[in-house]
Amino acid sequence: MANEAIQPNVLPQNPEKATLEGRNKYLGFWFFLGGETVLFASLFGTYLGLRNSYDGGPGPQDLFHLDLVFIMTMLLLTSSLTSVFAVINMKKGNFKKMLTWMWGTVILGLGFLGFEIYEFVVYYDQGLGYTVSAFASSFYTLVGTHGAHVTFGIAWIITLLIRYRKTGLTLANAPKFNTAVLYWHFIDVVWVFIFTVVYLLGVGG
Amino acid sequence: MSNSTAASKKSVLYDWLTTVDHKKIGIMYFFGGLFFFTIAGIEAMLMRIQLMFPEMGFVGEQTFNELLTMHGTTMLFLAAMPLFFAFMNFVVPLQIGARDVAFPFINSLGLWLFIFGGIILNISWMTGGGPDAGWTAYTPLSTTSGGHGVDYYVMGLQVAGAGTLMSAINFLVTIVNMRAPGMSMMRMPLFTWTTFVTSMLILFAFPALTIGLLLIMLDRIFGGAFFDVALGGNVVIYQHLFWIFGHPEVYILILPAFGIFSEVIPTFAKKRLFGYTAMVFATMIIGFLGFMVWAHHMFTVGMGPVANAIFAVATMAIAVPTGIKIFNWLLTLWGGRIKFTTANLFALAFIPSFVLGGVTGVQLAMSAADYQFHDTYFVVAHFHYVIIGGSVLGIFSATFYWWPKMFGYRLSETLGKWFFWLFLIGFHLTFFVQHFLGLMGMPRRVGSYLDGQGLNEMNFISSMGAFLMGFAFILLVINVLVSRKNTDNVQDPWDGRTLEWATTSPVQEYNFAQTPLVRDLDAFWYEKMEGDGRMKAAEPLDDIHMPNGSILPIFISLGFSILAFGVIYSQWWLMIVGGVFMFSMMFIRSIKEDHGYHIPVSEIKKEKGEG
Ligand code: HEM
Ligand SMILES: [Cu+2]
Repeated sequence: MANEAIQPNVLPQNPEKATLEGRNKYLGFWFFLGGETVLFASLFGTYLGLRNSYDGGPGPQDLFHLDLVFIMTMLLLTSSLTSVFAVINMKKGNFKKMLTWMWGTVILGLGFLGFEIYEFVVYYDQGLGYTVSAFASSFYTLVGTHGAHVTFGIAWIITLLIRYRKTGLTLANAPKFNTAVLYWHFIDVVWVFIFTVVYLLGVGG
Repeated sequence: MSNSTAASKKSVLYDWLTTVDHKKIGIMYFFGGLFFFTIAGIEAMLMRIQLMFPEMGFVGEQTFNELLTMHGTTMLFLAAMPLFFAFMNFVVPLQIGARDVAFPFINSLGLWLFIFGGIILNISWMTGGGPDAGWTAYTPLSTTSGGHGVDYYVMGLQVAGAGTLMSAINFLVTIVNMRAPGMSMMRMPLFTWTTFVTSMLILFAFPALTIGLLLIMLDRIFGGAFFDVALGGNVVIYQHLFWIFGHPEVYILILPAFGIFSEVIPTFAKKRLFGYTAMVFATMIIGFLGFMVWAHHMFTVGMGPVANAIFAVATMAIAVPTGIKIFNWLLTLWGGRIKFTTANLFALAFIPSFVLGGVTGVQLAMSAADYQFHDTYFVVAHFHYVIIGGSVLGIFSATFYWWPKMFGYRLSETLGKWFFWLFLIGFHLTFFVQHFLGLMGMPRRVGSYLDGQGLNEMNFISSMGAFLMGFAFILLVINVLVSRKNTDNVQDPWDGRTLEWATTSPVQEYNFAQTPLVRDLDAFWYEKMEGDGRMKAAEPLDDIHMPNGSILPIFISLGFSILAFGVIYSQWWLMIVGGVFMFSMMFIRSIKEDHGYHIPVSEIKKEKGEG
């Protein structure tokens, strides 16, 4: 038992779930995502209740540009895809390649974030301040909370990438990368809902 | 790497501040919870003095509102839940034969967030007045309340709530992943089961509160318009969010007590729990239905007859699994050799008291009738019957039952029985009459009433009962202090059935020298009956791996609290300082790999008396 020592060349099949700690982390993170789901569900509910309350201020039809949102969606979906490639490489033991793919995720995520900030600035210029109407508050809060999650996810992944740039794959860091990727997928799924409920519904219905 | 002495060399205080041992964390939850229980109790006494006579001038209306809000908030979030967490932390790992919880670090973080959150809330008393919008903080009352009271409420609960959520995840993973060999899910003691379901409820209910509080914060401090009707806001959204959390919350408060009674009653009836499987499924059904009924708190808001009818029927349905449980406890007692210890007295008194609260609950669930009951003392009587008659009696039962294991001495039974009877009588005196006060139309949450309306006598009785409860509580404190000499017969004083009684008292830091092998439900009892009275080992004696303590949980909580103060006083710089501090502590935790240490076999043998 004293020898949980890390032997990179004989890593087991699924290094992220090979230790009890890894399994705990994995399961715990799924539970956490369950809670996050309720968190976002509450925000979605609030938004749906208030989305027609412009109070004379600008509304979705005046503001939303689907082309911009489409690019953002593509960026985020692709970033999820690169993180899948990263995990595939982790399971194969290609640590270097895994890192490369993860950096891809980071860059795409940053791109998404840039567009989101740009989007908010444009809306603000068009008169949609946070305090203008109930619609404005609920829109910024829902989309902004998602954006905060993206920011946190990027910071987290960068931390891991720098911390472990030279260590090779170990039983200690495999679960960390795995949970970070899980988190990233979750953010992605939430965005799909934002895309449909906020933007498509806002422009179309 | 083996360096078991490293931990024992530090000072005692530092050891407690940095500990990640679930038993020490449990004990700190206990005293933290007891401390806030005392504060909230005093607040209740002050309210009962104000209501002792008509048109009293003891405390002003504003102070009354603050007392009322802080009493409810403190009792639920800072007293009852932490006291349950105390037992969950201490007992559940022992009951499932584990050496520790799944996330010792997170466990400690949860504790400190609770303590810091509690402190934040109570600091409001010293900075210009507590929150005054009720524990429910309905909008627009809360969004327009002056001063900083409600800001303290929002941020204090946000900090404490984050801790609660983490602890829940920790319990869930511990129970799923850390059970000893042979401890299948359907062999878990009922207290472990109810901890599991309670944690599920916390996990799925608390985020709704987080958002509810967030929206209040955004409206109050950042000029949001969620609840500003002039800008298109909608105040009823808050009520939904709050009760989507709030109704599961009341089950979060009762399910652990159900678990405690399911341990205590079989032990003192010397019988296996009647209908174990039914108990497990009833717990799960209650947990599930708990999410389907939140709108019974909103019958009078104007949701319309269809919604009211649906929620009324769903609410009444919960009485079915609850009734199943009541009958299972009765049938466990039936034909048993019942011992009337203090712990068991609390359990026996719970059954009729709680049934009364359940009956008024079903009455309230009739939505048409609720137009009459709503916001009167009838509701106050209802929820005190379920919360004191259920949760609090459960906490006291657990206190007497597990005390020898937690602290290594037995509480006095004589003093304990005095405490029990005085508390029980005081409780019924206080709240039974409130049913009638409510039916006569006395509104809740109002700091005074007029003379000549027939309310005087019953309010006086109610206040007397409250003082009796307060006096009884002092007996408990005395009991804790004077019983310390009872250090004999603490290992298994009640002839217990479950695994925690197979450990030494006080429990070794690694709980079990060898992970036990579980061969049946009531694992320890099985070995007493079919084996040699000792648990069989599931593994050879070996070095034991232990996690290192850490001071980071306190620092993270401190950072979060600084951030909270920044929000309360709208100081951007303070928010940034707190946030940066918190995240850098988390950052340190994340990049530092901590492999813990090992306790060598030689030392374990020495502690077993074999060295
Ligand atoms: C058979 C089970 C139960 C039923 C049918 C039931 C039903 C109800 C209803 C309909 C109300 C709303 C009354 C009103 O505001 O007009 C209510 C309030 C309340 N119930 Fe229950 N209840 C049950 C069990 C419990 C339990 C087990 C607890 C806690 C341990 C609890 C705690 C509360 C609290 C705290 C309130 C008042 C909340 C507030 O407005 O401040 N109830 N109950
Ligand atoms: Cu309810």
